[in-house]
Amino acid sequence: MRYLPLTNDDRAAMLATIGAATIDDLFVDVPAEARLDGPIAGLPNHASELAVERHMGALARRSRAAGEGPFFLGAGAYRHHVPASVDHLIQRGEFLTAYTPYQPEIAQGTLQMLFEFQSQVARLLGTDVANASMYDGSTACWEAIVMARRITKRAKALLSTGLHPHYRSVARTMAKYTGDVLVDGDPSLEAGTDWAALADSIDKDTSCVVVQYPDILGRIDDMTKLAEACQAAGALLIAVVTEPVALGLIKSPGEMGADIVVGEGQSLGVGLQFGGPYVGLFACKTKYVRQMPGRLCGETVDANGKRGFVLTLSTREQHIRREKATSNICTNSGLCALAFSIHMTLLGEAGLRQLAAINHGRAKAAAAELAKVPGVSVLNTSFFNEFTLLLPTAARPVIHKLAEKDILGGVSLGRLYPDNAGLENGLVVAVTETVTEADISAFAAALKEVLA
Amino acid sequence: MTALNRAGWRPEMNVAGGADDSTTFTGNRALMLEEALIFEIGGSETTGVDFDEAAPAADLGALARAAPIGLPGLSESETVRHYTRLSRQNYAIDLGLFPLGSCTMKHNPRLNEKVARMPGFADVHPLQPQETVQGAYAVIHELAEWLITLTGMHSVAMSPKAGAHGELCGILCIKAALEARGEDRRVILVPESAHGTNPATAAFAGFTVEDIPATEAGRVNLEALKARLGPDVAGVMITNPNTCGLFEREMKAISDAVHAAGGYVYCDGANFNAIVGRVRPGDLGVDAMHINLHKTFSTPHGGGGPGSGPVVLSAALAPFAPLPFVTKQGDDFRLIEEENAGEDHPQTFGRMTAFHGQMGMFTRALTYILSHGADGLKQVAEDAVLNANYVLRSLDGVLDAPFAASGPCMHEALFSDKGLAEGFSTLDIAKGLIDEGYHPMTVYFPLVVHGAMLVEPTETESKAALDQFIGALRSIAMRAKNGDPALKSAPHFAPRARLDETLAARRPVLAWEG
Repeated sequence: MRYLPLTNDDRAAMLATIGAATIDDLFVDVPAEARLDGPIAGLPNHASELAVERHMGALARRSRAAGEGPFFLGAGAYRHHVPASVDHLIQRGEFLTAYTPYQPEIAQGTLQMLFEFQSQVARLLGTDVANASMYDGSTACWEAIVMARRITKRAKALLSTGLHPHYRSVARTMAKYTGDVLVDGDPSLEAGTDWAALADSIDKDTSCVVVQYPDILGRIDDMTKLAEACQAAGALLIAVVTEPVALGLIKSPGEMGADIVVGEGQSLGVGLQFGGPYVGLFACKTKYVRQMPGRLCGETVDANGKRGFVLTLSTREQHIRREKATSNICTNSGLCALAFSIHMTLLGEAGLRQLAAINHGRAKAAAAELAKVPGVSVLNTSFFNEFTLLLPTAARPVIHKLAEKDILGGVSLGRLYPDNAGLENGLVVAVTETVTEADISAFAAALKEVLA
Repeated sequence: MTALNRAGWRPEMNVAGGADDSTTFTGNRALMLEEALIFEIGGSETTGVDFDEAAPAADLGALARAAPIGLPGLSESETVRHYTRLSRQNYAIDLGLFPLGSCTMKHNPRLNEKVARMPGFADVHPLQPQETVQGAYAVIHELAEWLITLTGMHSVAMSPKAGAHGELCGILCIKAALEARGEDRRVILVPESAHGTNPATAAFAGFTVEDIPATEAGRVNLEALKARLGPDVAGVMITNPNTCGLFEREMKAISDAVHAAGGYVYCDGANFNAIVGRVRPGDLGVDAMHINLHKTFSTPHGGGGPGSGPVVLSAALAPFAPLPFVTKQGDDFRLIEEENAGEDHPQTFGRMTAFHGQMGMFTRALTYILSHGADGLKQVAEDAVLNANYVLRSLDGVLDAPFAASGPCMHEALFSDKGLAEGFSTLDIAKGLIDEGYHPMTVYFPLVVHGAMLVEPTETESKAALDQFIGALRSIAMRAKNGDPALKSAPHFAPRARLDETLAARRPVLAWEG
């Protein structure tokens, strides 16, 4: 077998060194009734690289890849062009096949990269510090709610109706078992969120208000007043960013007063990957750093005075604090954080701003074109690269009819909110730099046909 | 101490710090290259990405970003060089034996990387219409079938994002099952030797955590466990093979006792690689077990992730499994999620993460599994166990092995610091190994052994590689026993000497402040 270097002669010599007659002698602690003697029945034996690649290739061809035609899906996962050098660099074995940098003398590559990643994320989100990544945006969002509970010693979280429904579901799942109280609801098909009402509902039991920016319908609103209301009531403002490219063009949540900013970093460097692995971003004000979940990389010096980096403030973490840790997280999204960081380095500030502006411009053009389709209107008065169309009929069947025409035309609100018939005519459309003018025209023409 | 050197290692530092006498102008030493931070070498106008069009004017009013963000950019050539230089400061399994116990650093086959990048897997959106992603569902389903069969369990939850997230999944299943029974049990029992994630997970889900005592042979004390079981105990979390590298001989009796007392058995499957193809946890009475795809099934660790932690479940816990999951109907696959769970899966505890889990890890793990097949996976476990025992017995009389007298180990060999010279510790042995060109073993874990050193060679090492490692470890152990002062300041040949972790924690610098 190509991954196993021992020969039968090696095995025999090693058993002799150990003093065992057969390999079974090494499994002597396994009770006889639990031991399997032959290979498990019904499973195939080993296969060549050629055969496995053929099998997996056939499965891959059973899906329609986004790049095969017009593609307009977003709602928490965005298709951006990833420069070729990103994938090349993350496949260097020294990054790909390294472990968590617990031995810093021989892990400075990963550690310096994490320090740079943390610095980039903190600046992009407008906060003081960021950690070395979480699993994804949805789990980072729940961890932020838990962190707010620890800081405020209150357990009621207000979730804005614009929060991604999957993120809300994750929070609901956890809150059922932790005693946290969530106040949440579905969005309404209006151009703006009623943030004044949200601010009014903050009370002395409120630990945090969670706001997505841009929100699930693509809307962007200034959260400065909400941040002030939170601060006045002793609650924290948690901002959730699922499309970080937006922050090349619009103000960061930190600038508007958010205490904790979490996000999904998938847009930069990572690719769609059918939903994972992605990279959770987690950032906050310095004063809360000791309540953060996850790994943190910090600067220090070595015994010779040279600058170096280590994992630090580990007394928050499970491997030291066990049941008193701030979170149970161990493995994070190191390699995706690397991809994010490389893509961000390639873009730089100028590139990110231009990428964001192109996304916004392309989305505006698409919104204008699609609004010309009879019966279709655009809900949003403000958006970055994603907006919500109001169709004259339920959007979900329309999506399937568009797919038959090889157009992946967005995410229906029926898919996201299946229990809310009031939202079924909504269609969330994302338009990134990967969308061409021809794609937009094809989408508009197909939509017109399907709705006719 | 010398002030922080933001520009890397400069020649004058040798004057101040007296580090060594191999001074160069650049601070480099031939192939050992220093690299500054992107913030020190990049510029706000530099970019490595070209666009086909100019930035159109935006009309975002007061929401438009006005102030500079402070993000440095590099050209593509500089970017490739920066990260390539950084990569060379890392140790990796591609470079050599990486005996990190309980972490399973085995070879990562490159076919897995190639497959994961096929557009039908890598360039597919999680919310595409179901008829357009049947191949992606097929991968999830096929991997799920393998995991169920290999573990002898009833079903599997695929969405957990890593091992600890899988633990959370199993523990929430237990909570939901107890709730369905109308019982309020609040205690989870965890052995002291467990991974820190076990007690952290139980606490995260609102349980109280209590220790299970161990026997002198490094295993769960069944009688003490039985004495503690009662109507307040929701379940146990037991790692098997455990973190001392030993199989829990009485696992079935433990499960029976826990079940008889109305509790559930969570098995930490971090060490499943030792028994895959040879033992099915389902035959041992386990109710839930996560499988670290990045350990047993060789998806790359990537410097700390991503992982993937599917959880196999018993019939008792399966009804509570999280959403979403994939079912097969004829030749087609269907997703069960919130909207149709009511009819098909009404007792689910809910959703743990957005979308469907770690698809990129599923494709790699399935590729690995198909490559090995049933016969190869059994050989994986056997060679992993053989290699660990070879290391254990080859160091007889050199390093203290607290449980060696009780019989063979499984996939990892545990040593202690007993017998080292006064003032010498496990840390010194670890740092000495770095100079010999190895990543150290896991140190100071498990907590139940003083100065623990947990060596997991894995099955992808040759006998020659093991012999060289054993020779190096023997040499360092003798130096530590004889009190060689040079070992106290090891490593001498790494990109950095021992780093000041106290300073890092006392004055945290967590982001570039220039």
